Amino acid sequence: MIALDAEAIYRAFAQRVRETVAGRDVRLVGVHTGGVWLAERLKEELKIQHPVGVLDISFYRDDFGRSGLNPSVKPSSIAFDVDGADILLIDDVLYTGRTVRAAMNELFDYGRPARIDLAVLVDRGGRELPIAASVVGRTIEVPADVSVVLARDDAGKLGLTLEQRPEKKQGA
Amino acid sequence: MRNPQLNSNGELHHLLTIEGLPRAIIERILTTADSFINVASREVKNVPLLRGTAVFNLFFEHSTRTRTTFEIAARRLSADVFNLDITRSSTSKGESLLDTINNLTAMQADMFVVRHATSGAPYLIAQHVAPHIHVINAGDGRHAHPTQGLLDMYTIRHYKREFANLRVAIVGDILHSRVARSDIHALTTLGVPEVRAVGPLTLLPSGLEEMGVRVCTRLEEGIKDADVIIMLRLQNERMRGALLPSAQEFFRNYGLTPDKLRLAKPDAIVMHPGPMNRGVEIDSHVADGAQSVILPQVTFGIAVRMAVLSIAASSQRMQ
Amino acid sequence: MRIAIRNGRVIDPASGHDAIADLFIADGRIAAIGAEPPGFKADRTIDAHGLIVAPGLVDLCARMREPGAEGALKVEMRAALAGGVTGVVCPPDTDPPLDEPGLVRMLRQRSREAAGARLYPLGALTAGLAGEALAEIETLHEVGCVAFMHTRALPHDNSVLLQAMRYAKTFDLPLWLRPVEDTLAGSGVAAAGPVAGRLGLPSVPVAAETVALHTVFELQRAAGNPRVHLARLSSAAGVELVRRAKRDGLPVTADVGIHHVHLIDVDIGYFDSNYRLDPPLRSQRDRDAIVAGLADGTIDAICSDHTPVGEDDKLLPFGEAAPGATALETLLPLVLKWAGRAKVPLVRALGKVTSDAARVLGEPTGRLAIGAKADIVMFDPSVPWRVVPEALVSDGKDTPFAGHELEGRARFTLVGGEVRFERR
Repeated sequence: MIALDAEAIYRAFAQRVRETVAGRDVRLVGVHTGGVWLAERLKEELKIQHPVGVLDISFYRDDFGRSGLNPSVKPSSIAFDVDGADILLIDDVLYTGRTVRAAMNELFDYGRPARIDLAVLVDRGGRELPIAASVVGRTIEVPADVSVVLARDDAGKLGLTLEQRPEKKQGA
Repeated sequence: MRNPQLNSNGELHHLLTIEGLPRAIIERILTTADSFINVASREVKNVPLLRGTAVFNLFFEHSTRTRTTFEIAARRLSADVFNLDITRSSTSKGESLLDTINNLTAMQADMFVVRHATSGAPYLIAQHVAPHIHVINAGDGRHAHPTQGLLDMYTIRHYKREFANLRVAIVGDILHSRVARSDIHALTTLGVPEVRAVGPLTLLPSGLEEMGVRVCTRLEEGIKDADVIIMLRLQNERMRGALLPSAQEFFRNYGLTPDKLRLAKPDAIVMHPGPMNRGVEIDSHVADGAQSVILPQVTFGIAVRMAVLSIAASSQRMQ
Repeated sequence: MRIAIRNGRVIDPASGHDAIADLFIADGRIAAIGAEPPGFKADRTIDAHGLIVAPGLVDLCARMREPGAEGALKVEMRAALAGGVTGVVCPPDTDPPLDEPGLVRMLRQRSREAAGARLYPLGALTAGLAGEALAEIETLHEVGCVAFMHTRALPHDNSVLLQAMRYAKTFDLPLWLRPVEDTLAGSGVAAAGPVAGRLGLPSVPVAAETVALHTVFELQRAAGNPRVHLARLSSAAGVELVRRAKRDGLPVTADVGIHHVHLIDVDIGYFDSNYRLDPPLRSQRDRDAIVAGLADGTIDAICSDHTPVGEDDKLLPFGEAAPGATALETLLPLVLKWAGRAKVPLVRALGKVTSDAARVLGEPTGRLAIGAKADIVMFDPSVPWRVVPEALVSDGKDTPFAGHELEGRARFTLVGGEVRFERR
């Protein structure tokens, strides 16, 4: 297990987000669970008024036939009108791009946004779909059998761990 | 005896009855339904979860309400829905229940939602379908109506939060009611300490005490200090012979009127699986009153059925 | 043919004999038990070492499906022999019912041709089994019916039953009755109780049996005490009523189906229609009372109640399935299983399907006596075998014991000194 300095990466990430959203009336939408933590922090630090949107993409994943339904689905909640909105979609780790694809599909079932930008804490490469992030905290390279996981302790401190998995798992 | 609803991984493969379902599975269904309530409040009320799945509604017993809610639930999951109303007469024309099932399987069915007038019919079907096919019981004879039981629990959880301290009264024709049986199993599995069955002796089945239920033959005793009152429809079509003298006498003794309702807790909720017989088991003032949650039950019913369909569809093959 | 059966454990419930002995057969009858008759030259010698040699089983109820299904009798007779049964009582609920002398004659002829077990037909008590008009029971008796039965329930009309009893008493003919009051039984398919309550199955209250028994006993008294045999008791209360009636001196006998000696309502499980039986399976308490009733003689005999049901009629939801089970081939091992569990010595246990059954029937069979017809079963009491429905000889594959492992199986079945079944 190798640990990266998540807080340091976050500081770089937050700075780049600040630059990207300057002058925009942006809505933050986080993908469960890590993306939501990041979005909540960003909302505080960037003093964004609008409530954070939350997406649980369980109903939009493309692996239902193989893996079945997520055993603990949480409700999605978008409190603003997606029609015409300027959205910053936030996730913790960008990997194959499938989670982002599902998140966008779900957003479009709420309405037609004017714009979606993607901000991720870590980009680990390995894209299987044409998805790109406008904001990346850090780009890293890890083998396919290693998973990258964001955690948050009780004090709210972020931590990133890399874990060796026995077989390749479908990534984010 | 292995629970025929669960596959060898303990996942829900069929939904035949609430009896014997692990509490964790019931809670997962209710929690998943929360997300579907959310979906229903969007403009686009569909999710792509069951796209490409063929759901066959097999109603051997007529019911527009239940069939419609299952159809809505399946369509909101983007499934392909096919409705078959197979009345008794066409079955008696020669094709046996299992022959019908085999023919439909050959038409690439993935899921059968079955309503049948004879208790146990969905079990027979579940025993004989190919391993990848899921059977959802939409009501069999007097035995079970598990999705109704689950949506009733969802309703109670929505208004009362915890099951641990509730007194729940089920009132009416319990003898013939599959809803009552499913509610009783769900309530006892979820840990409701006091479940009461209320009705005249002619409408109460044997074995209620063994199911963990307190029997009350007077309404006043049955709903005193109750937190939840579930009124059952008085089913004319199911009664044979000398069980009740008249609907009027039933209403006098067991009908829920505003006066009688005052015996329950002030924040008690009134539920009914529908369709209601106003003036027979329930007074209009109560049905339309502030404590009635009968309409929300319908909304919850769609979300709960979406949860059931998705969780069942998600299990690996039956082994 | 002269046959010597050597080294077997000869058990004869009628005489109480239970010892290793040789048995000799000549001219279709038992010539000797024990010492070889002088000059006996056996055409065939069978080594019965490890086997029990007993009277062939007398089954007080097995449906042979004829009249009704052409050619079925032959098959069911082979099933009887495979089960060690040498005497079969067939009820009159055939198609058409056995209410005409011509039908009885034909049935007996078919049975002779089938060369299986002996057939003791029961005639219908009422014409068409409709419970309205008497059948010609005296004539039916002349052509071979041993008793007269009304099947499924008591005749709906008590006055008909009373007159039938009086008429039968005139000719000293026994009546066999199902102690079921049909309006109380209604459309019930399972025994009233927690299981039927949970499964949502229409139920048959115990009162359907007890009210019927009370009716039978009262009418018996009113009709001058004809002999009545009660077919298929199912409840503790019913057993107690029969016990009292016998104590009061009423000429009453009773039997129970072998499945009710073992199974209870809970065994229905998830609506398994192999457990759909008539009478329905009742509670543990009722089963215990049946076992006690067998022990103290309240229940005279056990029968198989053999009812072959086609797959089409069983692969249906529980309440729609036809009741009954195939049982000629499982009767013997199930009797042995009961004897083992209830600690009843074999010499008494086997009586319930041999000498005691024969006594109910009023026929000189079910015993190993010098001069008696050599109707004999030789069986291995402990050989394990799995009940595979497709492998059963009977056309009926419907058994609640499907897939179960049982112990005990007939190896040789002789009728009139002729080996009519032999298991390799």
